[in-house]
Amino acid sequence: MYMKKIILDSLGKSQHRGLNFRDMLYNNEARAFFFQIVTFVLVVGLFYTAIGNLFQNIDERGINTGFTFLKNRAGFDILPFLGNYVVNYTPESSNFSVFYVGLVNTLVVAFVGIILSTLIGLLIGIARLSNNYLVAKLAGGYIELFRNVPILLQILFWYNLFINLFPHPKQSFAFFDIMFLNQRGLYLPKPIPEDGFMLVTISLLLGITASYFVKKHYKKKHELTGIHTSTWPFSIALILGLPIIVFLILGSPLQFDIAVLGKFNLRGGMNVVPEFLALTFALSVYTATYIAEAIRSGIEAVDKGQKEAAAAIGLTPTQSLKLIILPQALRVAIPPTINQYLNLTKNSSLATAIGYPELMSAFGGTVLNQVGQAVEILAMAMLVYLVISLFISLLLNYVNNKMAIQGR
Amino acid sequence: MKQLLKLSVASLLVVGALSVQASTLGDVQAKGYVSCGVSKGLAGFSSADSSGTWTGVDVDVCRAVAAATLGDAQKVKFVPLTAKERFTALQSGEIDMLSRNTTWTITRDASLGLNFAGVNYYDGQGFMVKSSLGVSSAMELSGAAVCIQAGTTTELNLADWGKANGIEYNSVVSDTNAQTLTNYDAGRCDVLTTDASGLYSMRAAASDPSEHVVLPEIISKEPLGPVVRQGDDQWFNIVRWSLNAMITAEELGVTSATVDDVSNNPERERLMGRSGSTHEYVGLTPDWTYQIVKQVGNYSESFERNIGINTPIGIARGVNALWTDGGILYSPPFR
Repeated sequence: MYMKKIILDSLGKSQHRGLNFRDMLYNNEARAFFFQIVTFVLVVGLFYTAIGNLFQNIDERGINTGFTFLKNRAGFDILPFLGNYVVNYTPESSNFSVFYVGLVNTLVVAFVGIILSTLIGLLIGIARLSNNYLVAKLAGGYIELFRNVPILLQILFWYNLFINLFPHPKQSFAFFDIMFLNQRGLYLPKPIPEDGFMLVTISLLLGITASYFVKKHYKKKHELTGIHTSTWPFSIALILGLPIIVFLILGSPLQFDIAVLGKFNLRGGMNVVPEFLALTFALSVYTATYIAEAIRSGIEAVDKGQKEAAAAIGLTPTQSLKLIILPQALRVAIPPTINQYLNLTKNSSLATAIGYPELMSAFGGTVLNQVGQAVEILAMAMLVYLVISLFISLLLNYVNNKMAIQGR
Repeated sequence: MKQLLKLSVASLLVVGALSVQASTLGDVQAKGYVSCGVSKGLAGFSSADSSGTWTGVDVDVCRAVAAATLGDAQKVKFVPLTAKERFTALQSGEIDMLSRNTTWTITRDASLGLNFAGVNYYDGQGFMVKSSLGVSSAMELSGAAVCIQAGTTTELNLADWGKANGIEYNSVVSDTNAQTLTNYDAGRCDVLTTDASGLYSMRAAASDPSEHVVLPEIISKEPLGPVVRQGDDQWFNIVRWSLNAMITAEELGVTSATVDDVSNNPERERLMGRSGSTHEYVGLTPDWTYQIVKQVGNYSESFERNIGINTPIGIARGVNALWTDGGILYSPPFR
């Protein structure tokens, strides 16, 4: 529209003054338009030449191109973790399965890391503003310490600490003889669902849905009548109670596989590998410092009068924080926090340093080396990070819009 | 705006210029050094001492090429690379040649745009465990955690071997040699697997070598050798025949000490460029082979100096002996 207007404008002028290039030359809008076109053509031309060059060079050097390698047998083993179980990976699987394994492992780190870093960040951010001198200073010290050490170093530090600090599998720390902790990770009982367990899952989902509606009902009642009813007993009964009753009626359709000591290792159970623990811990602890600062700035952005007013109408400090301060503080804190979630997800690719098999390590590293097609593989990995990041920011922009001050 | 336009045009020219490739020999002679990709520290094969001087049998191949092309074995810029980085570094032209205990396979030779210029060490994959485990054969390793370096043929061999012998294991993968070794030392895994030469090298570097045993099983063929980019046959020939010159020198009994006196033996004279015009075929000066043997030594000298039985690594010649001594080391003739 804009461009059309400019062209029409310049044409319009030339109609009653005759076709005059001098007019065009001295017309600011026409000049701006012209230079934009030139820049656009140059940028496109630059990329076109660069990409053309790339493929010409690859071709001249006799390097394979294309995506057929994705179908080929991978032939190597991957550190057994969630990705392997989800994809059912064996060395016989294809290179594309490795991509899936890496993707699952990346998503797990991002998911757990985002939750953990938010919890720690919220806690530290609030503690930073505490009236208690020691708590405030400790929180400040935490932020300064972990924010100022490079994240790669922290990952390596926690990982090497873990494998050197904890005992050999033969001397594992045991918790009630069902959970074990040693230098090869945490061994949890592995749940094995039997017939009918599906019903328990369904009843859990039903419980969650029902408790949502109960909460909605009492919220409406609160708004209409002013009578406040605590809904958490209902929620617990529905979300926990219902599935447990169904579980017991069906005669406990769930078995657990507990790890036992083999010749070298603990065998069986669910092994949470130290690579995952160290990576998630390091990323959460690091990212939490930035989230804490975002929370603090959000709280400080709330006018002091709000807190005083809350105290004046008799709200306890906890109520004032929960009902008055945080809802307003989060508006300020959410945009920088979104950035930190994106950073955490992208930083998870540093896992390659300790060999956690996420996308960049398993697919962008091992497959790349076995196949040698750097352009295709790295482009795929980049696309994945782009999609994950865009998805997170889309989701949180939605939340942000919800939280923002509604137009009155 | 004018500045921006100038910049855009300049970048166009730069990108255009990148596709024009000079010959590697011309490049090397113009810049005055050979850029050689090596391992990030594998004692006896390539490692740097405290003063930054690189030594090892892989390093000696780089030095031989520098002696042949520039007349000075010291004119090498060593680029330490991880197993994962090595091929990309060579493909992209960051290094002129790769001499980094790299296994020659058909996939690498035929699909990566690279050429293997020969074999400077015949290796095979083995296993090392701590003596305290009381394991004496790799067949007893079922259930063990195995430390392994990412992006190697070792990973593939291990999976094949495990399947063929019904041995289940957990693979613990690291990016670098150093982290693999740290993991093994800390006990993150029970077994360390890589080329047997690498195991001996790591065992020699351990605080107490007797705490570790290299198991007798060798589960693969690992011919290690220098690699160059495909498409520059002259450079390929130079690297291949620099290595062959070292092997042939051993076969003819020419050492760095005796290289000045090779008269009255036609074969030695031909090798040393005193007769014939083989140097013209590879585009070098007549003394190229003389410089290799004089400055780097023959194959045996390099072997015994770096990994031989009298070094801490202590590897016997074994299959790496000359074909005339019962090994499989064999150079085509200089003729």
